[in-house]
Order: sequence, then structure tokens, then C-alpha cells
Amino acid sequence: MIFEAVVEVRLRAGIADPQGATIERALPALGFEGVDGVTVGKSIRFTVQADDESAATALVTDLCHRFLTNPVIEDSEISLTAVATSPN
Amino acid sequence: MSTNIAVIRFPGTNCEFDVLEVVQQLGAQAHIVFHDEPGLGNADAVVIAGGFAHGDYLRPGAIARFSPVMTAVSEFAASGGPVVGICNGFQVLTEAHLLPGALQKNAGLKFRCGPTDLRVESSDSVLTRAVATGDVLSIPINHFEGNYTCSAETLAELQSEDRVLFRYVNNPNGSVDDIAGICNQGRNVVGLMPHPERACHELLGSTDGVGLMQSLLDSASRS
Repeated sequence: MIFEAVVEVRLRAGIADPQGATIERALPALGFEGVDGVTVGKSIRFTVQADDESAATALVTDLCHRFLTNPVIEDSEISLTAVATSPN
Repeated sequence: MSTNIAVIRFPGTNCEFDVLEVVQQLGAQAHIVFHDEPGLGNADAVVIAGGFAHGDYLRPGAIARFSPVMTAVSEFAASGGPVVGICNGFQVLTEAHLLPGALQKNAGLKFRCGPTDLRVESSDSVLTRAVATGDVLSIPINHFEGNYTCSAETLAELQSEDRVLFRYVNNPNGSVDDIAGICNQGRNVVGLMPHPERACHELLGSTDGVGLMQSLLDSASRS
């Protein structure tokens, strides 16, 4: 099966997020009031081939842990969507 | 035979020739090792020079860590060989798990570039044996992601094992505990954000880096 994977990488709780803080500070000057808790992360998208969803999840989880995130400062959230049952 | 230093160059490294120049100025030999080489040549010590390895894509050091040469660097480090990562080299060493913690974006999102006073906190390492604890050195920094961070447990370990080698006198980037440089438990792997190779000639405004580079050469000749 082929899955579309979206990995959202965000800073772990307690790790300073200077980008989020800077954006939040700029908002009142632009007239946006009442916006709080801005954080900045990144999203990484790709497709993955695996036998089933649990195999795909295991593969992407390993990929996140070893490469896509630095576990010292970052967490990740994985979303998978099946897009085809077999490669073309 | 004179001491020989391997200077690692990834695509995007830009400080390798400054290191080469200083090593030669101090009377030793140095050669560049490209990232896709499987070995280090005949090296007595390794320097991972600064720059933007692999464009710093994903995270600084994240892709460099998987370059073929890093296997040789890890083995060299495991055998007790002196390894120093400067700036981007420090980031590579943390990503490669040769040093703990991580370097994140500077507090305030400021790119910091200029001379910085560093206090030597331990003279027990391959990069500090020729300087004294308490010395204050003027060494330039040049980084956007030099804000050292680590877990509370790691910090306690670094402190209790005397592995914080340098602290900023005036913290420029938000690093925890003012940390500018650390070493591993074996004290043969050192990472620091400031650039000692840029402070080795009067024309550059400081010669305070000479003691550090000399320490590395002394360590290399003993290894």
C-alpha cells in the first residue's frame, strides 16, 4: 500500500521558541488582538510504501526519531492517509 | 613525523582553510578530508570546521551526521583520538551523538557575530590543556543557532563531571548556564560555538585562540 505521510515537527514543551515569540509580539502592531500561544514548527510531507498502516507507522516513527527530529528539542506528530493499494 | 590534523569539509563548510592556515602557522600539518571519504588519512586529530554543512537543511548537522566520513570520525573518537567541532562542527557532533544536547536558534532570533569573552572553566581537555582555568579569552562568534540546550539531567552531569569547558562572560545567545563549549566523558571530543581559528593573528584583533589550537596540537602529538 502507499500512504501519504505528513509529519508535523514542533519544539518540545519547555523549549524556547523565539520565532513564535517574535511573531506573537508583532501581532498587536498589525492590529491583531487576542492571538496567543503562537508556536512555529515545520511540516514534512512524503509518500511511503508499506504492507499496512501499522508497518507504515513504524517506519515513519523510526524515520522521525533518527532523522526528521532532534528528540532533545523536538516532538513530532504523524498523520498517514492511504492513497493507493499498490505502486503503479 | 610532524603532527597531522584532518580538517573535515562537508558541502557548505567554509572555515576549513582558516583552520588549515592556523595549524600550519603553528608548525604542524593539516589536510582537508571531504565528507564522502571513508577514512581520515593519516590523522592525529580531527577538526570539524564551521560553515553550513549540507546547507543546514532540516537542522544544522542533521544531514552531515550521515556523511560517510562521520563513521571514521566516530571510530577515531571512540579510540580516544582528539576531535574538535567548531561552530557548525559542534552542531554536527551533537547530531551525531558524540556530544550531548543540541544547539537551537539564538534567543531573540539574533545572528551573533563579533568578539566574545570566554571564560575557560576546565583545562582538562584536548582543547584546553595549554590554557588555565579562569583565563578569559577574546574569541569571535558567528552563528544563528548557538543557543545550547539540554535536559536538566544532562546539564547536571556536565556540571558535576566538569565538562563545561567554556562559558560566555556575557551570554550572547541564551545558552543554558552560559555554556559556550563542552566535552565528552573521555575529554577527547570537544565542541564549541566560538571560532578559535579566527583569533590566532594580531591582524585579526586577537591571538587568544593560539593557546587553544596549540592545546589541540599538543594533544594530537600525544595520541
